[in-house]
Amino acid sequence: MERIDIAGIVLDVDIVGEGPPMLYLHPEHYAHLHASFVDKLAKRWKIYAPRHPGFDGQNPPENFRRVEDIAYLYLDLVERLGLGSVTMLGASFGGWIALEMAVRNSTRLNALGLIAPLGVKLGSREERDFEDIFALSDEDAARALFAVEPPDLNAFSDDQLTAVARDRQFVCYYAWKPFLHNPSLARWLHRVAVPTHLIWGENDGFVRRAHGQKLAARIPGARLDVIPGAGHYPQLERLDETVELIFAGPCAKAGAKQGG
Amino acid sequence: MQVWHFSEMAYHPGWEELGNSLRNVIPSRVYDPKVGADLYHRYLDEWAMCDELGINIMVNEHHATATCTTAVCTVPMAILARETKNIRLLCLGMPIANRMDAVRVAEEYAMIDVISRGRVEMGFVKGSPFEVTPANSNPATLTERFWEAHDLILKAMTTHDGPFNWEGQHFQYRQVNIWPRPYQEPHPPVWMTVSSPGSAKLVGEKGYVVASLNTGYASTPTIYNTYRTAAEAAGHDVGSDRFAYLAIVGVGETEEEGRRRAHQILDYSRTTPRVARQFWFPPGYAPADVTGRMLTATDPRTITLRDGSKAVMQTGSVDDFVDAGIAFAGTPDTVYDQIKEFHDHVGGLGHLLMMGQGGHISHEDTVSNLTLFSKEVLPRLQPL
Repeated sequence: MERIDIAGIVLDVDIVGEGPPMLYLHPEHYAHLHASFVDKLAKRWKIYAPRHPGFDGQNPPENFRRVEDIAYLYLDLVERLGLGSVTMLGASFGGWIALEMAVRNSTRLNALGLIAPLGVKLGSREERDFEDIFALSDEDAARALFAVEPPDLNAFSDDQLTAVARDRQFVCYYAWKPFLHNPSLARWLHRVAVPTHLIWGENDGFVRRAHGQKLAARIPGARLDVIPGAGHYPQLERLDETVELIFAGPCAKAGAKQGG
Repeated sequence: MQVWHFSEMAYHPGWEELGNSLRNVIPSRVYDPKVGADLYHRYLDEWAMCDELGINIMVNEHHATATCTTAVCTVPMAILARETKNIRLLCLGMPIANRMDAVRVAEEYAMIDVISRGRVEMGFVKGSPFEVTPANSNPATLTERFWEAHDLILKAMTTHDGPFNWEGQHFQYRQVNIWPRPYQEPHPPVWMTVSSPGSAKLVGEKGYVVASLNTGYASTPTIYNTYRTAAEAAGHDVGSDRFAYLAIVGVGETEEEGRRRAHQILDYSRTTPRVARQFWFPPGYAPADVTGRMLTATDPRTITLRDGSKAVMQTGSVDDFVDAGIAFAGTPDTVYDQIKEFHDHVGGLGHLLMMGQGGHISHEDTVSNLTLFSKEVLPRLQPL
């Protein structure tokens, strides 16, 4: 874990693995359950994985409020790390950050992987692109997010439970309203200038697979793969299939072009 | 001691059908406006009669619920500002963190203060956790928004030489200039509700009236003592008029009648927890470690009795609630003794917020409850 001071914020960045550089932007939840996923990615890429401000237990500065603030912070990070050409992979909330980065400045990116990203609203005002997860019962929320079996919170330590609560707090901090999206982002998707790989769980009840299809159609040349038997976190429920897709997709091809 | 009659203007006819979910997602087809109209007028009549009884009035505000149809606190306040002449009008409270136009809040309170000729008492509250849903109020930034609204409302009320600018984090205006200005100088007295010593400290620093709702024998002294310490340190005078306490009150000609009235009103306490779990712990409303612990907690809400044991709130008996100090019930003498005992236990109490109506208690019983209290209990409380 490295601590990097950028733009008045102290970022915790995990750096692990060997290979071409990948910026991994974590989803909102269950950091400790994602360790296996990151380990597998680290066999193919050198992973730079920052902890999003707030989710890391530190309070962001007063004027650091929006997902685009995190995007600019990470664009600064990529420059500070001296990464000339990096593959970026983001899941859910992390995928939204990745999209905000990509539409602003793709010059240091070579490919973009997105697992069920938040951030883009494509439906009408009375439609929910994102299920109101905070208004669902625990059972309904679990069913929306997981195809097979949700994590057992009774098996979580106190620190892990605090992390769950804090994760939700910061999703709300950045994205309570408009809910989980930037109303402008849909308009600028044509600016994503790198090969893009969208991965979706077939049974995602939080952000439905139909949304993924509409999103793929708006990003130039994007490829969409749907994994059966997975909900919103296919990297947890169908780890091997997810990793295989990433290793065989645009992210890996771009990385290969860059060499070691 | 001042006494304030409080009712939530509940739509109790819907409670049986709605069962265990009384908030936020309940369909309004359960609400019959014809029945609702009769209820509104009944509750307003009960408040209005307080003008002759020497009992002040307290209103609150809740949304999307059958437990309280005061969706807009200023509506009954405005009606009573005109229908009463003597008693004071307390709102406890205006959920200022959930109101997206703080200047409008200042205007509402100012108008009612003028119409009532200076009888408003101005409560500012954060609002219950489940209230963020109807207001779509971000729970993760709620406390920050609350204090910014507080600062802006008070500045709007006390600035008399023309418009001022306010481009804050949550509220942006370039010409704040409210008309009317309030009747009372510098502004109506401010009240805040607290449920923990931490928030009591903040209210103490400001010197506002601190109101503790149903915190009973077990928790109230710590809250009041924390307030006292903070208020004295900040240089405020700390008389008993700084301390307010909400309790259910049932007075009768006999013990049994008083207890039966309290038992009916206590359905307020028994129905308060009837809301889907996910609305109790919105993200960021409470600190992450507190909310984290609640993720796997299954215990029902409880009240604490004087011997330290707990009773389940949803099913508590009158005895439980009286023991806990949440209800005062019986004949006028009994009720006076209970209030006096509580008053002494907490080191002085200037305001009794008396829930004199609630649940399925009838209009006749409510009138009798309030009238008997006014004649037989209130005169003995006034010297306290």
